[in-house]
Amino acid sequence: MYSQPVNGKFGPYGGKYIPETLMQAVEELEVAYEEAKQDPAFHEQFEELLSEYVGRETPLYYAENMSRRLGTNVYLKREDLNHTGAHKINNTIGQALLAKRMGKQKIVAETGAGQHGVATATVCALLNLECTIFMGEVDVERQQLNVFRMELLGATVVPVKSGSRTLKDAVNEALRYWVKHVDDTHYVMGSVLGPHPFPAMVRDFQSVIGMETRRQMLDKTGRLPDAVIACVGGGSNAMGMFYPFLNDETVALYGVEAAGSGIDTPEHAATLTKGEVGVLHGSLMYVLQDAAGQIQEAHSISAGLDYPGVGPEHSFLKDIERVRYAAVTDDEALAACMSLSRNEGIIPALESSHALAYAETLAETMTEDEILVICLSGRGDKDVHTIRERVTG
Amino acid sequence: MRLDEAIRERSEGTAFVPYIMAGDGGLDNLIPTIERLEAMGATAIELGIPFSDPVADGPVIEAAGMRALAEGVTLAQVLDRLIEGTGRFSVPIVLMTYLNPVFRFGVQPFFERAAACGVSGVIIPDLPFEESLELFAETDRHGVAFIPLVTLTSSAQRVETILNQAEGFVYAVTLKGTTGKADVFPDELLGHLQALTARSPVPVLAGFGVHLAEQVRVLGEACDGVVVGSFIVEALHEGRDEEVAALIRAAKTVDTKR
Repeated sequence: MYSQPVNGKFGPYGGKYIPETLMQAVEELEVAYEEAKQDPAFHEQFEELLSEYVGRETPLYYAENMSRRLGTNVYLKREDLNHTGAHKINNTIGQALLAKRMGKQKIVAETGAGQHGVATATVCALLNLECTIFMGEVDVERQQLNVFRMELLGATVVPVKSGSRTLKDAVNEALRYWVKHVDDTHYVMGSVLGPHPFPAMVRDFQSVIGMETRRQMLDKTGRLPDAVIACVGGGSNAMGMFYPFLNDETVALYGVEAAGSGIDTPEHAATLTKGEVGVLHGSLMYVLQDAAGQIQEAHSISAGLDYPGVGPEHSFLKDIERVRYAAVTDDEALAACMSLSRNEGIIPALESSHALAYAETLAETMTEDEILVICLSGRGDKDVHTIRERVTG
Repeated sequence: MRLDEAIRERSEGTAFVPYIMAGDGGLDNLIPTIERLEAMGATAIELGIPFSDPVADGPVIEAAGMRALAEGVTLAQVLDRLIEGTGRFSVPIVLMTYLNPVFRFGVQPFFERAAACGVSGVIIPDLPFEESLELFAETDRHGVAFIPLVTLTSSAQRVETILNQAEGFVYAVTLKGTTGKADVFPDELLGHLQALTARSPVPVLAGFGVHLAEQVRVLGEACDGVVVGSFIVEALHEGRDEEVAALIRAAKTVDTKR
């Protein structure tokens, strides 16, 4: 039922809509990645680092209190327990190893809240790669601790002053930097976005999440879950979680976007719910845009979901209805974040809190024998400042 | 006259194509600016359509685009103005637009409308040749040339394929970088331009970074002409028209030997 991208496209989505200067680099990357995929030594290196450095596998935790409250069986995939506190590092390790293999000693990346930036800076420190991170000036201001973390890890953080000065503009600036330094630099794209092969490659590196979950669930219960929920910004944790389940037709998959102040307000990041097909950052996908094709700014309490596009594979999975996509507001996510903190002793990232919030709705349709898995993509330490501001007003 | 012919049949010197950002300073400025540049001797005019995320452009053109967007300028409005200006100028117009505004307008309607407005060619910096084949497979482009970009990183095989199907002119990107003003160009550039020019069925124009008369001379001798963007955009924005006229005059005196 489901197949790999054809000519770099998932249905009509994806592709390579990039400046000519980058074509050579992107095609080289495609070849290098295909070779690495066939090389057992590459997989061994990747898995070794995931196990010894990142601390995988992460638990599939039965959330007893939440299960009792929701009246169904809830398991949390604990990506928050990874080194650096989120799933992002699965991808940065894979790409940094690939960069080394390609003989590229320099790394450039974009970051929104700083999680991907920290995960990239971390791996660059480990593998002795020179690291430059572009981050919107607005995000630099509101995530100063993460900026310092990246600098502590030896990365250079460049504030981006153009456009809306957030994630979208950080990607623009990282792409421009890559154009200038393409000979010796690899761009570590942080999500299932960008020109082919990035969306498929990032998904592959992240699919360790879904593969572990599937195996752990079979080990624990002897069956597959009935439903799986993950939050979707660009969509990397969701793609990594969903991918190994795509051919399991009994497993319902739900992607949860950020509705911000509400999908009927201008302040949201619900790209699949409210966006239209367009081209941004190298890929054809759903984007938030106006009638003239200008990309609009996204809004979410969670910086990691604050992006006006969504991966091409998600765009395709929406169209073929294999995954259902919903949106959750800032307030609902915040409430879910506080609920998990109080009831389960886990402070989740605001991104992951969107998936938790949707579980409240979905659980109403589920029985006490059924099983729901939620991807807890990251921990909430980075968000306590935001949460405190919202709670204390 | 076809765009490639207009460039080849220029009366003197090397071809000079100034880039302007449509709507920078208001759309009312558009036709008068085209008229002024034509009077100064521009061979063709590259007309930029503002876009929110111009990844191939440097800060000067990005800022001009943001000024135009702040005025609410859209692709449709620019095309309307071109129709209104019919008969006021005869210099060929080449649109430079990122793909999304075209995609949103509708690819087929865009070419119909552009052709009706007298547009000679279109440059889409985020639409590589391979993707253009797929996107335009079912499109009647009504004679509007799709102008390909060739860069210093394009592989020999891709250059061959691109040149074989090139229309209008080949836009030879002089830098590994974005648009802007460069002081030095890569060592391999002149050889690259000469090789392209020898091989290309249509004229080859060099662009990105050009802002000095000496650069216009050196590049103009190596190929069929130059495209100048950031320098023009900045000079027009700051009212330094005389500097633009001087650079165009410099192009007229280039000895092309061809």
